[in-house]
Amino acid sequence: MTATLPENNDQKPVGHGRMLRKEDPRFIRGRGRFVDDLQLPGMLHLAILRSPFAHARILSVDTTAAEAYPKVKAVVTGAMLAEQNLAWMPTLSNDVQAVLATDKVRFQGQEVAFVVAEDRYAARDALELIDVEYEPLDPVIDVRKALDPNAPVIRDDLDGKADNHCFDWETGDEAETDRVFDEADVVVSQDIVYPRVHPAPMETCGCVADYDRIDGKLTLWSTSQAPHAHRTVYALVSGLPEHKIRVVSPDIGGGFGNKVPIYPGYVCSIVASLVTGKPVKWMEDRSENLISTGFARDYVMRGEIAATQDGRILAIRTNVLADHGAFNGTAAPVKYPAGFFGVFTGSYDLEAAYCKMTAVYTNKAPGGVAYACSFRITEAVYLVERIVDCLADALGMDPVELRLRNLIRPEQFPYTTKTGWVYDSGDYEPTLREAMRIAGYDELRREQKQKRENGELMGIGVSFFTEAVGAGPRKDMDILGLGMADGAELRVHPTGKAVVRLSVQSQGQGHETTFAQIVAEEIGIPPADIEVVHGDTDQTPFGLGTYGSRSTPVSGAAVALVTRKVRDKARIIASGMLEVSVADLEWEKGSFHVAGDPEKAVTIQEIAMRAHGAGDLPEGIEGGLEAQICYNPSNLTYPHGAYICVVDIDPGTAQVKVRRFVAVDDCGTRINPMIIEGQVHGGLTDGVGMALMEIIAFDEEGNCLGGSLMDYLIPTALEVPDWETGFTVTPSPHHPIGAKGVGESATVGSPPAIVNAVVDALKPFGIRHADMPLTPSRVWDAMQGRPTPPI
Amino acid sequence: MPRIRVEVDGVTYEDDVEPRLLLVHYLRDRLGKVGTPIGCDTTNCGACTVLLDGMSVKSCSVFAVQADERAVTTVEGLGINGQNHPMQQAFHEEHALQCGFCTPGMIMASIDLLRENADPSEDEVREGLEGNLCRCTGYQNIVRAVRKAASDMRQAERPVSPPRLRPATPEVTP
Repeated sequence: MTATLPENNDQKPVGHGRMLRKEDPRFIRGRGRFVDDLQLPGMLHLAILRSPFAHARILSVDTTAAEAYPKVKAVVTGAMLAEQNLAWMPTLSNDVQAVLATDKVRFQGQEVAFVVAEDRYAARDALELIDVEYEPLDPVIDVRKALDPNAPVIRDDLDGKADNHCFDWETGDEAETDRVFDEADVVVSQDIVYPRVHPAPMETCGCVADYDRIDGKLTLWSTSQAPHAHRTVYALVSGLPEHKIRVVSPDIGGGFGNKVPIYPGYVCSIVASLVTGKPVKWMEDRSENLISTGFARDYVMRGEIAATQDGRILAIRTNVLADHGAFNGTAAPVKYPAGFFGVFTGSYDLEAAYCKMTAVYTNKAPGGVAYACSFRITEAVYLVERIVDCLADALGMDPVELRLRNLIRPEQFPYTTKTGWVYDSGDYEPTLREAMRIAGYDELRREQKQKRENGELMGIGVSFFTEAVGAGPRKDMDILGLGMADGAELRVHPTGKAVVRLSVQSQGQGHETTFAQIVAEEIGIPPADIEVVHGDTDQTPFGLGTYGSRSTPVSGAAVALVTRKVRDKARIIASGMLEVSVADLEWEKGSFHVAGDPEKAVTIQEIAMRAHGAGDLPEGIEGGLEAQICYNPSNLTYPHGAYICVVDIDPGTAQVKVRRFVAVDDCGTRINPMIIEGQVHGGLTDGVGMALMEIIAFDEEGNCLGGSLMDYLIPTALEVPDWETGFTVTPSPHHPIGAKGVGESATVGSPPAIVNAVVDALKPFGIRHADMPLTPSRVWDAMQGRPTPPI
Repeated sequence: MPRIRVEVDGVTYEDDVEPRLLLVHYLRDRLGKVGTPIGCDTTNCGACTVLLDGMSVKSCSVFAVQADERAVTTVEGLGINGQNHPMQQAFHEEHALQCGFCTPGMIMASIDLLRENADPSEDEVREGLEGNLCRCTGYQNIVRAVRKAASDMRQAERPVSPPRLRPATPEVTP
């Protein structure tokens, strides 16, 4: 099957076009510098003792033997941290989380004590010598039973807390939605679970904390997607002044949302460095990463959809039970405890919508928002795209046809949804038609019909999604009081080379390349002459970091605007050099010339030298050629996409094979098509993982059943097909270069397409829904008429 | 403590090591060869893949003492005179890496794959790299890169030596 990759017109080497990555040379030679690569004089190693129980009271912790072990420098317990008022820390959702457990443990894998030793082997040895006496308590594992009146109370640390209720949240108009449902011809409802999964970046979380006792400065190299926000939180928690804290995110081996929260390991390392006066490295292993760091999803949803008999969708109603684990550590803007789940109305023009959500505590690791979810949009899109398929089934209608009839029309943008989101732009039908064209949709349906007659199981699944990325307008969106704006600083050197400093932090998305391209396009300096600096809070302007596909929408806008600011100054300097008025100058990428006389021109490089050099500058103009700004977006960007998946299921083994996957994305202006395509490939692979393989499940005692890569299965090259990608371009009207975010689109959009395809293949068995992950055993169960929700 | 003598990227080292010291930690912590990273604790991910006497191994699952009197090649030992190995170059040109964390292991495994099969099909590349996980790329560009490197390497060999008949693979028949 040949992939249709349109030979697009934006292959130019400079600016918005395909450009090979500036990051690659170091990575392909093993010269990337990740946290664990750091080696400092006198550096010690930290290892964490973790709870074997999901729920247990701590009766005693004996560290005598561990302290006596050779090479051990310190052993620290929760009780010792409590004396310094450091046993608990704030989470990104205004809850608290134990750094080290004091009273009891609340999930398996929770941090109980740590050892600091001269090498990592000795630190691990000494962990074995710490003796903790536990009194096991009944755990709360099944989210559906967490609010039972007799359920054990997990958060008895919170004043007066007598149940496991975390928060309630609602959006939309309940009464109006009920009315539309009451009067509708057709109502379909379906229970849908988005199981707990884990982002599992190839590099786990870790840090090196180095507190310098002489100048009182803490430097923390850490796997952080948001180094500036982390610095502020550390200042608030530790009492160290913010200018004496430097957080550095070096190269990061993938983040996928896993590296947004602050983990106890970072805090322990800081404490250890404060106590020992030495640099302290903490690097978790894979099992620790999977059992204790930010999980994703875990939404138990009931979806309901109302429609007319001829297939006009009228309303969507949903009820959600959200499992947040033992501490509410969700990384989401403060006013959005359920993230942006409110976009569950999807790409359709509805009359009404309503969602009611309850979040609860369970004896599991904290998290929820991670793994390219764009703040819960994975869940929202999964819900709407599944329930629309259920409706298509009930109406006996082709799922593509049903979608085509209900998509928001281009003239309706900006479109305000029934839950209050203002979609910026979209031309949906051509995107869906393009996906159908690449897939050969009608031919696929014919093939399927034929195969069904032969007893073969072939399924075709479609999903059409609208994303909401680029958080966000500071009047609405903040993380712990920090507005979600991003700074940018551009400095042009005398010789016309430039450095641009970002507040966001790449974890592989290619920022060092693409941000240079944005600057290059705006000011005409070749990308090779532009250094992109990010990740070091001492060197870069403040901003909120990279997650929620927000880099291009927010920081990308900031970089375009700061470059224009520099260009405006360059124009004034050029007017002095050419002795004409500013109004008489015309910009042609890289130089100003006198209008009507292209020969009379100065290049940006000449202007840069003049800005720093000898000779008069126009009145009121300072020397130098640089600027900085802080960009506050007016709205999110709303990219969209149409995905079509083809699966074959072996009727004997129930093994699902993704045969083809067509992904057509529209993220507005495309800065670097090569990089977008790579992001889409990666996200689609996440989708195959989540739909078919990945789950963090628990047994009744709260033992994590997905705690290593032996059990937590992520796709290899064998489980994924050759991806077929395409695109349309509908720019964002409010973005300086018309670009929308895209990084998470494929992770958001692909799981429903795959599940819809599997359910479509299983039509002959009379089933309408099966929950992820669609492993052979679960598909087999569904084929036997007993589809079950995951544990 | 056992004493080992091991050649790493063309340099011979003699060291006293604990028997339990993993090769990957010996490379990283003792020799400073941090180009080879660690991605898991169950031998699944392949991020730590190096060549041991020319054959790919996951260095998290080999003790340093087992490398005694043997030669290790890491990603840092690949380029010649500052030039990229064709596999490194192909990864760059085909955008076969993003965060770069799986890349060293992926490149080493791919080189071993081509040693066994100089002209692998797409399916053969996918199968050959099954022991190496990547979270960023979705594998497609990696497959492209390996096949491009294979083609480049075959072409580069042509002017040096005349075309040779490959020895017939003995067929195993039951």
